[in-house]
Amino acid sequence: MAEQPEQTSRRSFLTAGTRAAAALAIGGAVGAATTRSRTASTAAAPAGHDKMVWQINPYKCTQCGKCATNCVLNPSAVKCYHVYPICGYCKICTGFFKAQPNALNTGAENQICPTAAIQRTWIEDQYYEYKIIKELCIGCAKCVKGCTTFANGSLFLQIDRKLCVDCNQCSIATVCPPQAISRIPVSREDGYLLKTKTRTM
Amino acid sequence: MRRLLPFILLLAAASSMALAEARFPAPEFTTGYKLPATQKSAPASPVHQWIDMAVFAAALGVGVWLIYYKRHRRSVFFLTLFSLLYFGFYRKGCICAVGSIQNVALGISDPHYVLPWGAALVFFLPLVLTLFYGRVFCAGVCPLGAIQDVVLVKPLQVPNWLEQGLGLFAYIYLGLAVMLAWVGSDFIICRYDPFVGFFRRSGPPDIMVIGVVLLALSMFVGRFYCRFICPLSVLFRLLSPLSWKKVTITPDQCVDCRLCETSCPFGAIRKPTPTSKPLPVSEGRRRLAAILVLVPVLAVAFAWLGRKTAPVFSRADFTVQLADRIYLEEAGKVEGRTDASKAYRDTGAPIEDLYQRARQIEGRVFKGAGFFGAWVGLVVGLRLAVNAVRRRRVGYTTDPAGCVACARCFLSCPVEQYQRGLISEMPVAADGSKPSEPPSKPQEQLVSA
Repeated sequence: MAEQPEQTSRRSFLTAGTRAAAALAIGGAVGAATTRSRTASTAAAPAGHDKMVWQINPYKCTQCGKCATNCVLNPSAVKCYHVYPICGYCKICTGFFKAQPNALNTGAENQICPTAAIQRTWIEDQYYEYKIIKELCIGCAKCVKGCTTFANGSLFLQIDRKLCVDCNQCSIATVCPPQAISRIPVSREDGYLLKTKTRTM
Repeated sequence: MRRLLPFILLLAAASSMALAEARFPAPEFTTGYKLPATQKSAPASPVHQWIDMAVFAAALGVGVWLIYYKRHRRSVFFLTLFSLLYFGFYRKGCICAVGSIQNVALGISDPHYVLPWGAALVFFLPLVLTLFYGRVFCAGVCPLGAIQDVVLVKPLQVPNWLEQGLGLFAYIYLGLAVMLAWVGSDFIICRYDPFVGFFRRSGPPDIMVIGVVLLALSMFVGRFYCRFICPLSVLFRLLSPLSWKKVTITPDQCVDCRLCETSCPFGAIRKPTPTSKPLPVSEGRRRLAAILVLVPVLAVAFAWLGRKTAPVFSRADFTVQLADRIYLEEAGKVEGRTDASKAYRDTGAPIEDLYQRARQIEGRVFKGAGFFGAWVGLVVGLRLAVNAVRRRRVGYTTDPAGCVACARCFLSCPVEQYQRGLISEMPVAADGSKPSEPPSKPQEQLVSA
């Protein structure tokens, strides 16, 4: 009779010990994963332990059109952005008009944008302002291609931070031909990578 | 357009490759027009994440209460349904404890990756809870488990050898997922998540097909994904046998009535060991010793095999794929260019740089594949060892490793039924012993429950 309780207590003692060790291991793994990244990011940049968000490097983007189709959201969280200081306010905007349009007006058949998400407004003289209507944009990059290939490249694609669901692994990034999508710390430029200069090839 | 083109070409030729002046200089407006700022939409408020985490923790807590203290299957089912709707269809399956394994692995290996606190919590809470209350997370909170659980119509019993054989896949999958996340190549758990496509109501066609097949299988083989594929289930299987409290079929003493035998759709009920003709202990010990000697041999052999197959795994990495492609293009073995190879060539970066990066990644994968192989060998060896150990079991118990704490077996037990006042006669065990009288709870109240 005296043996029985002793045996069970030894067994339960071992189980409790292993349980504590397992708890320590789980805690250790999470601790290591968080602290390692923290020390590294504080050493590298003042970013600290910032949240990281997916952004497109607009200078790397090749306007392949995969952003429109590969996002887990439908329509895609990638939208067209416009940086006005780079824009030439062209009358014949190659991001707005199709090649060889019937007429230089806002008729749907003349527009490059499949959803008519670009609003064209006359400002003065020869100059027109182009504004993206985010709600209509599907991130297909057709306007970006036109603008970047033939003009200043003030239109570019970027990930909308309100829409992006911060997937573990951005499903566009896995197929992006120039690997232009990566994580940046939120504190950098409000978490948005915008164009500041034009680039011509 | 046509008038414009020569002008453009001239400009393009004149400009350099690098950052340059704009082709069309910004106009100087005379009417006082102000340049608008770029529209940036503000990110969604972090309050959402706080709410999600609170709901997550609360669901785990409610699960423990329902399974262990209320022992009420229907309530557990409603919790499962709630989790399916909230974490699945509302949050689109993206607070995922299964996927968080990869975040933690990458967080440890890559100092530049910042582990989101949400992912850390979603990884930590269910595992630690398992050490105390078993797989409550699987039963009531995981949306991937929930979607399979609610479609279960006619569970078939899977023979033990098949259960164990298929179950090895989950261990291999976990090893592979951790390895690829560790080297930073791919998050395969997310990429091949079979049910997230249903939650989002869109997804790649191949994954959707896998999802439909797995869901159809789960109608007859309960929780097919959880049992044979889920990488997180491996961790649960290892931790759950250590848990402080375990799900018990009977609230009291088992009367060996066999009524619960088929009540578990997930094959997690263990029968009592037959008392007849046990093998001599010495023979069992010899077999166990032989297997234990075999374990390191298996680990080393599989590690070697893993390293041999490393080139296959490294192909999961985009850079390695691209380097391969460009190598073939350079060697003239393939025609044309892919989008990716064209994009790389257009950057003007030397091809040798790409090769070097690819070689670095291959080196990391080579090392990782060794560990992955050793893990597989260890799992196979230890599985053999565990099977060689025989323990005497009295009465019907749950297998804590496989039990997902769904509470289905509770009501099959006549002792439970008696204690709830559903039957009037106290069940008697074959040897004549009786379970103790129900605790002082009044029976009338239990009938209505």
